[in-house]
Amino acid sequence: MDIKLLKQNMLAAGKALAIFAVVASALVALTYQITKNQIAANERESLLKSLHVLVDKDQHDNDMYVDNITLSVPKLNYRDNPITIYRARQNGKPVAAIFNVTSPKGYSGPIKLLIAIDNNDTVIGVRVISHKETPGLGDAIDIEKSDWIRVFEGRSLSNPTEKGWRVKKDGGEFDQITSATITPRAIVKTTLQTLQYYTAHKQQVFAKSQGEKDAQ
Amino acid sequence: MLSNYGKIAVDSLWHNNPILVQLLGLCPLLAVSSTFINSLGLGIATTLVLIGSNVTVSMIRHKVKQELRIPIFVMVIASFVTIVELAMNAYLHELYKILGIFIPLIVTNCVIIARAEAFASKNDMKSSFIDGLTMGLGFTFILLLLGSMREIIGQGTLFSQAHLMFGEGFREMQVTLISDYSGFLLAILPPGAFIGIGLLIALRNVIEQKRKARLARQPVLPVAEHNQA
Repeated sequence: MDIKLLKQNMLAAGKALAIFAVVASALVALTYQITKNQIAANERESLLKSLHVLVDKDQHDNDMYVDNITLSVPKLNYRDNPITIYRARQNGKPVAAIFNVTSPKGYSGPIKLLIAIDNNDTVIGVRVISHKETPGLGDAIDIEKSDWIRVFEGRSLSNPTEKGWRVKKDGGEFDQITSATITPRAIVKTTLQTLQYYTAHKQQVFAKSQGEKDAQ
Repeated sequence: MLSNYGKIAVDSLWHNNPILVQLLGLCPLLAVSSTFINSLGLGIATTLVLIGSNVTVSMIRHKVKQELRIPIFVMVIASFVTIVELAMNAYLHELYKILGIFIPLIVTNCVIIARAEAFASKNDMKSSFIDGLTMGLGFTFILLLLGSMREIIGQGTLFSQAHLMFGEGFREMQVTLISDYSGFLLAILPPGAFIGIGLLIALRNVIEQKRKARLARQPVLPVAEHNQA
């Protein structure tokens, strides 16, 4: 085949591919535009729903979806990613903070948690957002499967003291889950570290976030 | 005698079922089929992509050069998967969160490119539509069978988490078939999916063998001879 013909063929093929690529991207872009707002609303609703399980709607008057802060806390960061904290306020006064943290040492991968702590440094509650623990064993940390995760409700750094912040098998106060010790151990540790951070750095947790500063 | 479209449908659902006969698309099948509702979600999403890609490929089949068809098919399929993914994220958000990575992974489901190449690129749009629809249904049907099997054996329920798909009103749809069932882990874990699909393939082969044996025993009908001629 002579070079000229080859060039012509390549050019034609390139053109055809380009046309299809443009049409395909246009369709995807159009769908994106149509669904964009709905997806954003879904994500907002979905997040607020999980936050409101821990801090009731009546207990705060701010929009937690917007009122959040991203902080880098070496002990709580997961793979060097900073953590996000949602703040609940009533008449501008702090009511509670909900930490979105990841416990790195689950049995089969990281466990994503929401940990809510009130203004008196007491844990309101903990919920698992996502995990890869074994179905039927470690997945008892999920509120849909068992009530285990409620063991943290009402706990603080003095209840129990630091030594007690372990599973019973390790000499602490928290029940483990039958046939799954690693999973609860990871969650107890992360909850303790979050509580310690919150108690020591409450100012920072409720500080104005970057976005708010910019707005002023 | 079956019409042409009927024949396509019977082919897709039984003679050439994407999973039981062609053994395509096993990765999403095995990963998602742990409950009935998950299976239904992925089945519908896959069917939509199959219909979209089959119709489009058939529409452009005369305009695309032979050497360019694979990259263009891939582009068509990837676009449809993205569109379905965005739509599910917008309108079936909870289910979307559960199926997660397996929605974008529909793009790697070999059933789709196989039908584009083997059927849609050689047939008219209407036949390709029927082929996409029935192949999708054949895929969904096996997903649902496997999903029900694994859910019943694994956790003793059926239709659990139906509210993720149909809304809060359907939370009650869950049927607990075996109360106080402590669960059978194997069925929920991946090995359960492999064993389940193995059993389904074996069952289909047994039925098919019996059917063939029955046909062989019958004398050849004159109509069939005429057709052959």
